[in-house]
This record gives sequence, C-alpha cells and structure tokens, in this order.
Amino acid sequence: MSVADVVAPTTSSDALRARPAGFLHDVSAIAGRALRAVPRDLEAVTPPIFIALFFFVVNIATLQRLTQSAGAGFDYKAFEMPTAILLGVTGISRAPALVLDIQDGYLDRLLMTPIRRLSILLGHMVADVAVAIGLTVPILALGFAIGVRFEGGPLGVLAFILLAALWSLAFSGFGYAIALKTGNPAAVNSSFLLFFPFLFLTSSYVPRSQLSGWLHTVAAFNPVTYLLDGLRSLVSQGWQWGELGKAVLAIAVLGAISMSMCFAALRGRTRRG
Amino acid sequence: MSDAAIRTEDLVRTFDDFIAVDKVDLDITEGEIYGFLGPNGAGKTTTVRMLCTLLTPTSGSAMVAGYDVGSRPGDVRLHIGAALQDAALDPKQTGRELLRLQGLLYGLPKSALPKRVEELGELIDLTDALDRPISTYSGGMKRRLDLVAALVHNPEILFLDEPTTGLDPVSRATVWQEVRRLNHELGMTIFLTTQYLEEADELCDRVGIINQGRIVAEGSPDELKRSVGADIIVARVDGDAAPLCPILAALDGVQSVEAHGNELLIATDNGSAAISPVAVALNGCAVAVRDLTLRTPTLDDVFLELTGSHIERDDTNQETDR
Repeated sequence: MSVADVVAPTTSSDALRARPAGFLHDVSAIAGRALRAVPRDLEAVTPPIFIALFFFVVNIATLQRLTQSAGAGFDYKAFEMPTAILLGVTGISRAPALVLDIQDGYLDRLLMTPIRRLSILLGHMVADVAVAIGLTVPILALGFAIGVRFEGGPLGVLAFILLAALWSLAFSGFGYAIALKTGNPAAVNSSFLLFFPFLFLTSSYVPRSQLSGWLHTVAAFNPVTYLLDGLRSLVSQGWQWGELGKAVLAIAVLGAISMSMCFAALRGRTRRG
Repeated sequence: MSDAAIRTEDLVRTFDDFIAVDKVDLDITEGEIYGFLGPNGAGKTTTVRMLCTLLTPTSGSAMVAGYDVGSRPGDVRLHIGAALQDAALDPKQTGRELLRLQGLLYGLPKSALPKRVEELGELIDLTDALDRPISTYSGGMKRRLDLVAALVHNPEILFLDEPTTGLDPVSRATVWQEVRRLNHELGMTIFLTTQYLEEADELCDRVGIINQGRIVAEGSPDELKRSVGADIIVARVDGDAAPLCPILAALDGVQSVEAHGNELLIATDNGSAAISPVAVALNGCAVAVRDLTLRTPTLDDVFLELTGSHIERDDTNQETDR
C-alpha cells in the first residue's frame, strides 16, 4: 500500500476533508483523551485519596473526644468530612500532563488542529471535574461507614459533591497557569505549596470560633473557610442558603482569579509560540 | 486556493533582540516540493512555525493555502498538516488513540475513523503495534507515526521540519520515497526543511538556502549547482591556500577559485581537462598538495560560495533550530 493509496483511500474524499467539528465536540474529544490517561497515571490520584482518608481517620481519633466534650451534640466526624473531601480534591488536575504535552511537542500538534485553543484547556478541566467527583466517592463511603449522615438528604450529597468538584476546578486554574507559563514540571509540582495556606489557615480542624489571634483573622479572608461552612451546613444542618451562597461566592472569586491567570497564560503561550 | 500554496513577503520574526527570520520572501506553487536548506539556527524552524500558525510573525505577511496566517489561522489549519522537528506524540496514548483523536479534532466523521486508522497503520507497518503505548515504539516507529498523524485529514500542504534528522539511512530512504509519492500521486505541496544536502538535492523541485535568517539563494538544485560551475576541483594543501588563488584563476578553463583555510575550490566548465593544468600549477608553486579531487558541485559548494562556510549538520538531533 502506498502513501497515495492511504491518503486518498477508498473512503470518500469528502469524509476525509478537515472541517471544524464544533466547540463542544472538541472539548469532549480532549476531555476523553485526558480521562483515558487517568488509569495510566494513577500515581497522580492515589496519594491525594490516601492523604484524605488518612487524615480523616487520624483527626477523628485525635480530636473527636476533645471537641465533643466542648459542646454537647457536636459530631466531629460530620464536621471533619468536608475537610477530608477538600484534602482529596484540592490540587487535582491534569496540569502536570499538560506540561508533558508541552515538552513532548504534543501541545503543538493540538494547536495545529482547527480546534479553538480554549477547548484544549476546557477539555482538561472537564476531565478534572470528573476525576474530582470520582475522588469524593471513597471519602464519602468511609464517612457513611462510620456513621456520618447528611441532613441535606440525597440532594444534599449531590450538592456537596458538586461544590467540592467546582472548588477543585477553581483551584486547578493555578496549576494550569503555572504549567502554561513555565512549561516546567518542577514549577507545577511546587504549586502544591498553595495547598497549605488555603487548607490549613482556616477552620479545617476546629470551628472558626475556636481559632485564636491572627489565625482567626486570616481565616476570615480565606475562601476555604466559607466553602467549609457551606459543605458542613449540608452535612449537619440541611439546606442553609446563606452558607451555601457564601460557599459558591468563595469558589467564584477564587475561580475568577485562577482562571484569569490560566487564560492569560494560554494566550501568552500561543503568542510566544 | 490560488496558484501560490505559500507566499510570504518580508516575513520577520524576532526574539527580543535576536532576529531569527529576516525579511523572508517565499512564493511556492501548488504541487511543488520546496526545500529550505540551512544549518542549525538559520531560521528554518521559526519560519515553519509561523507558516503553521504556531508563531505570530513580528512583521511581514504570510499566506498559506490562500489564507493569512495572522488573520485566518483557523482556515490555514484546515488545509495543512505538519510533522515538526521532534515527533510530537503523547507517549501514554496508543498509536490508534492518537490517530483517532487527530481524526476527531479535524472533524472527520466517527464512522470513517476506524478504517482510516487501519489504513494509516498499514501504511507505516504499525498495524500490530497500534494498540501499544507509543512509549514502547522505536525512534523510527515514532517518526513514521508522527508523519501519518499529519496526513489523517488529507492536507493540501504538508510541512516537514527536518523529517529525517536522526533516522538511519534505510528509514531516511523510506521517508524520501513516501514524500515523493505524496507529491507525485496526489499533488500535495510539500515544504521541507533540512540540513541534509543530499535530501534537498534528491527531493526538492526548488531549494531556498537560508543563513542567519535570510534567504541567500533560491532555485532548482541544478540551477544552484550550475551557478558555481560544471565541475569542482578540490585541492588541499599544507598551509594557507589563499596566495595560490591568483595563479590558479589565470589558468584556461578555470571559472573561479576560492580559498577556505588550506582548501581550494576551483570551479571549471570541464574538470577533466582542467585538473592536469591545476596539478602542474600547484606543483610549480612548490606547495605540498595533500589531495586533489574532481567532483560535480554540491549544494554545500553553493552554500560555501554564498556564506563562506560549510553547512554543519547536527546528526545527534539534540540542538534546536530557531
């Protein structure tokens, strides 16, 4: 078989004519590729799950008696489950894979196709949301197994998962921004440092009212504080629209910042070539 | 598409203060194999990246398939395929996944993809390996996969950036054969960059020689070679060869003489007739002649005459041409 036989094969030439396939189609195709890569890249998702489950169990064992003695009816397991979820999904993204695409030249191949640049990024992010949702499952399962119940009911569970996934998406923008700006895997890996101020300078382990001094002040400016309040309300109180509204606003503000950085980095990379 | 598959005017690209491409004019007609020949750092890859819409020109204009690369990049992308300098592959995908995704992104119908992928796999003898991760492929297999990935959508214009750098002679010959077939049987316009003189000589209808971002000569390989004479006598002597130039230039039948270090390049219309007088003249100058050879001109001679240096090839494929 010659090249000519193949390039103009029995398939009608019209079927082989390149054409724009549509934005959603392109996003779906990129997301499909990113999701197929997840099982081949389990080392990217296994540690966060392990860390989340580990701290969930250890923190409950360490602090449950102390916190419950401080107030009657306080369920530390329910209180701690949102923290475990955020430990599992924060920083989960395909940004390291995007850096490899840059280094391997594969991003150039994608950029030479007729798809919109934005669909490359959104495709990866759609996959991230799917992975984040998947990562909530074992943590929720453990929570249910040890007796955590949702006051918000089954819909509350879905809202809980959705908020966690949206947070994961908002946070992932930082990883993509660094990946596109630097093309450097070490820089992307170091972006996990952002995880610490967001996840620990807040009410991760005790209620905000129990935080003292500077940490109490800092927590007021940390969007995770409001996200945790919203998630905890779904577990312990039911549908508290005020808390949920603040959680959504916190995600939106952080997402606006991270996505602005991310899309600016994408524009910069395509401009630099 | 107009008659010009690729046309540039005063195309410039700078990186800070470095001028990578300096006022390059190209006019490549449909169905032509055009070779861009030059050493590392000459500006070949930068030019290709601009023509493929990966890099924005600093100034000047570039039309590919009748569309401006700056204002109509999406239309350009529908009509081109490209295999860049390093195989642009995702090592964790299988060959089949990569080709299928290429087809999807170019908007090919899903129903046509399985057959298309099989056809492309057969072409490059990778049918048995298509379901293996690309990371397990040899360098030659990756290069072949990279090439057919650029052909999934049957492009009108194919850009090949140093397609055979780093390949063994057999794989190189295979790529040459495939490039010829694409051009001869389908009329595909091919823009090829290379640092291999014989590659440009063998494959290209026309060659542009680029050095330090500028095109220094352009024409068919034969035209370019004829410009330095019908035959070349090469003499290597002990010591500086420059003082010998006037003596040899005065001989009958000698068109020009150039000295480069201890090497003399003597262009002549009839090498077999001129070589004896050259030998006698050198003997009369009382210099030690290390060797004296007669050959037809190469594109390297053209490059040497135009730039004063040889094209230095990078067979290690480690350096990046800008």
